Amino acid sequence: MKTTPRMRSRTLMTASLLGAVSLVAAACGTTSAKPTATTTPGVTASQIILGTTTPLSGPAAPGYSEIAPAAGAIFDYVNAHGGIFGRKIKFIIDNDQYNPTLTVPMTKQLVQADNVFATVGGLGTPTQLAVQPYLNSQKIPQLFIASGCACWTDSKYPYSFGFQPNYIVEGKILGSYVKKNFAGEKVGYLYQDDEFGLDGVKGLDQEISKSSIAGEQNYQGTSAGLAAGLGNQISALKNAGAKVVVLYTIPAATALALLAAAELRWSPQWVISSVGADPPTLAGLLSSFSKKAVTGTALLNGAITNAYLPPESDASNAWVKLSKSILTTYDKGYTAWDGNAEYGAALGYATVELLEAAGKNLTRPGLIKALETDGSKFATSGLVPFTYSASDHYGFSGSEIVKIENGNVNPVSPIYESTNTGPITTYTGSQAPVPNLFKGA
Amino acid sequence: MKLPRWLRLPTQPLLRHLLLAVAGGLVLYVITLSVSQYDNLELAEIGWYAIAIAGLSVLTGVNGQISLGHGAFMAVGAYSAGLMMEHFDLPLIVPVLVAVGAAAVIGGLVGLPATRLKGPYLAGVTLALAFAVQDLPNKFSSLFNGDQGIIVNPPTPPGTVPAERWLAWITLFGAVVGMVILANFLRSRFGRSLRAVRDDEIAASAAGLNPARLRVLTFAVSAAAAGLAGGLFALWSGIVSPDSFSLFLSIQLLAGMVIGGSGSLIGAWWGALALVYIPEWTQNVSGHFNLSAGVKANMQNAVFGLLIIVIMMLAPSGIQGWLRSLWSAIGRLARRSKGDSDQAVAPLTSTPSPERISP
Amino acid sequence: MGRFVDLTLNGFTYGVIYAAVALGLVLIWRATRIVNFAQGALATLTTYIAVSLLDRSVNYWLAFAGALFAGLVIGALTERVFIRPLYGKPDLNPIVVSIGLLILVESIAGAIWGSGDRGFEPAFSQIGISVGKTHLEFSHFDVFVLASVLVLMVGILVLFRWTNLGLRMRASAFAPEVARLLGVRVGRILTTGWALATFAGALAGLLVAPKVLLSPNMMDPILVYGFAAAVLGGLDSPLGALVGGIVTGLGISYVGGYMGSSMETVGAAVLLIVVLSIRPEGIFSRPSARRV
Repeated sequence: MKTTPRMRSRTLMTASLLGAVSLVAAACGTTSAKPTATTTPGVTASQIILGTTTPLSGPAAPGYSEIAPAAGAIFDYVNAHGGIFGRKIKFIIDNDQYNPTLTVPMTKQLVQADNVFATVGGLGTPTQLAVQPYLNSQKIPQLFIASGCACWTDSKYPYSFGFQPNYIVEGKILGSYVKKNFAGEKVGYLYQDDEFGLDGVKGLDQEISKSSIAGEQNYQGTSAGLAAGLGNQISALKNAGAKVVVLYTIPAATALALLAAAELRWSPQWVISSVGADPPTLAGLLSSFSKKAVTGTALLNGAITNAYLPPESDASNAWVKLSKSILTTYDKGYTAWDGNAEYGAALGYATVELLEAAGKNLTRPGLIKALETDGSKFATSGLVPFTYSASDHYGFSGSEIVKIENGNVNPVSPIYESTNTGPITTYTGSQAPVPNLFKGA
Repeated sequence: MKLPRWLRLPTQPLLRHLLLAVAGGLVLYVITLSVSQYDNLELAEIGWYAIAIAGLSVLTGVNGQISLGHGAFMAVGAYSAGLMMEHFDLPLIVPVLVAVGAAAVIGGLVGLPATRLKGPYLAGVTLALAFAVQDLPNKFSSLFNGDQGIIVNPPTPPGTVPAERWLAWITLFGAVVGMVILANFLRSRFGRSLRAVRDDEIAASAAGLNPARLRVLTFAVSAAAAGLAGGLFALWSGIVSPDSFSLFLSIQLLAGMVIGGSGSLIGAWWGALALVYIPEWTQNVSGHFNLSAGVKANMQNAVFGLLIIVIMMLAPSGIQGWLRSLWSAIGRLARRSKGDSDQAVAPLTSTPSPERISP
Repeated sequence: MGRFVDLTLNGFTYGVIYAAVALGLVLIWRATRIVNFAQGALATLTTYIAVSLLDRSVNYWLAFAGALFAGLVIGALTERVFIRPLYGKPDLNPIVVSIGLLILVESIAGAIWGSGDRGFEPAFSQIGISVGKTHLEFSHFDVFVLASVLVLMVGILVLFRWTNLGLRMRASAFAPEVARLLGVRVGRILTTGWALATFAGALAGLLVAPKVLLSPNMMDPILVYGFAAAVLGGLDSPLGALVGGIVTGLGISYVGGYMGSSMETVGAAVLLIVVLSIRPEGIFSRPSARRV
């Protein structure tokens, strides 16, 4: 856009302004790096670039903001011990605030400007759904999505893989426990009114008969959702005569539900999805806001939940020990060991194992193949193996039922596995030992 | 010094705006050819931001009213377009036009009480709307698919055009066309009536204008622009879900308008540039300092907040207003040094100068 | 029946909190004809100040008073630094500045105290009171909520009606030029108005945090409900704010309870649109002469 500097009419000034807009845009644009000419983007002899988007601020950040840094700490630990086939992992974390409008450009930036080999542990269902078509069309692996949506196994999107047991499977396992152990009791549901809660209810409904349901209540997962507490919902369930209450809630909502029940002097049997039942998180929330009335751990006592990772309080567990020591050294923002930190570490381990399994000659198709053929054999830091195969892109295959007692979680069932529609089976294997890969060798 | 007649832009507004648009469009076209695909994607983002901000700017700059929930009208447009594309196989233009129409209708409805409301009341109503719009998709989950939202397939480019460049073409074309329409709207008899009402309602009514009807219509036009932005957004983002239309989006649009210069259509482009590049710069700059994760994560929003406040207090007419005064200062200097007595041509920008309208 | 009682009690308590927010908005509106959209964010800030004091083992009531005092100071500072330069400018400028303050203050809170949820200790037990065999959804803390907002309201009314300061405040609000001629230092009076308003907001923050968990965005929806309350009450009258708050609280509680939680925000928006369509200046506002 070249206008002669002499033109002084405002008319043309306006026109040139339009041009200037474009020039600035272009100037900003050309600063980003062009992809280097390697056969596999993001992979050199000494480096693998991975990226993720996750909420570090905003309404969804509480708790979740710990996950990506914890995974990054595992990578740094592996890097400090020689990397993978001599390659160090560079992990780029972008803060999308759980807003798909930000996830889209940030992910495209990761791919086109930062030149990532794959995305790992992108957090959230709407956020990751927003970039799924793009990543797949570019044949970029969308690994270990941090969401339990039952939507990640989709033949249209062969490059996408979920990480945690999907919410339907989780709901089935919790539901079958309720059916068996609280037979004849009236059951109430309180769930987040979105895919997380609704999928959970789908699973529960497969096991719990309609006739034993006393009532269903929900709340909005948006910023206004908890602005008036959950007193109305809890009072409705109480008045409907529920004796068992299943919560498909995020931790803040779990805490508010327990508090609302305490206000009504009502103590039903709580059954809480693993998403909203992390005892350290809840105990922290509850102890500080009901100190004068009851202790937080007391409110939580006897609650049933499910777990696919070993109890965080199990200090003798080799994986827990390892994670805690790595995070202490390598996670700069590390404050407390809790379920989110454990989740992030699990993500990190899985990624490293996958890169190892994909071999020295690292390519994107090779990586996908490795995950589909070997993924189910990985030594996971969870209680169960992964389900990955060519036709299954969910992550952990199931979970066990645990009871929260004095802030500790104690298993009260065998480990169950299931699929969206299949039967519930018992998993008899024991947790994989820590492989040499992570022993600092 | 007067430009030769053939070099001056025509005085007839429609022609003039069209010429400007074609010139701007050509420049944008050349840019899309010469930059990376990632940059094209950002150009596309600039496109939908610009038209959304322009809509807000018309409301604020011309009508003297403010909307804190313009993201809600974008949501109306995005969901309409998304649903159309999900259920029918139509040429792209149809869902985008439906988005514009739907947002205009909803905007008109919301604007009805606005006819009698003073600024702060309307601001509060639209703020409430920004919250409500996020909860509706869950209420009517079977239609809107709850929080997972509606997946929109990216438009298929013809031939060998890369998808990102095609997207940039579509959104920028849509934005430029939208701008031309808005510019003509403001230059029309209707636009003049609006300004008359804004400047002196009593006199305008005495002259036979109906202020209430004019205001509803402006609200509808403003919402229609947001609806267009929403339709383009749906194509750009590939998904329409409640989380995209948080209060933050509405505040961003407001920030973009203030930064660019409220009441100015060109300013809307500056605002859009700021919305796209400021977060990137903030992230890059804060990466060079040893800041805690918490500070880094909150940096972008803090910068937006600070910018809005500083601009509003020190230079309320934004970048465009600043450029204008810079330009006239240069003009005065040049005239003085040359003794040139040439009169400045009458203001050409289609909106009144921000010094007059803007807050 | 039990459910209706619970919904009523719950709505009533929240309504009283909305009334405190509304009162803050009303005070500022009366004084400066500005709607302070940063009111909620400032209240979040003062609540975090209380948290920081509590974390340092300061006595609960001292921390409580500290947050209220911080409200006075922050309110006064906000008026002097950000709002004073905008008097006489178009309506829209202060709206935009207060929105800028809203995101600035919330991101500062997030940067200092983290974006996470945290609990906030209530002043009294949150376990419901029993009447005979029924356990009400109404605790000693809720009694405290009611009492403290009532004290605030009465305090403000007394201040307005029967004190010299109140007289000067009313004079400055309704006829600033005349007040100035009569020797009232209008600037100082306006600062006082903002200080009191932020004080009211700070109280709302301290009362709502134990009920909903504290996070930087905590007050966003509460501000919207508070605004709805203020508008219902006419934006001009402290008493209207109280009535508007309770009506809004009950309305949202019934709508959420009987029609589903997704209707809470939708209900508030519809309520605002309908009320303002019928009475553009709120239900309890006295009709004012049309300005010509």
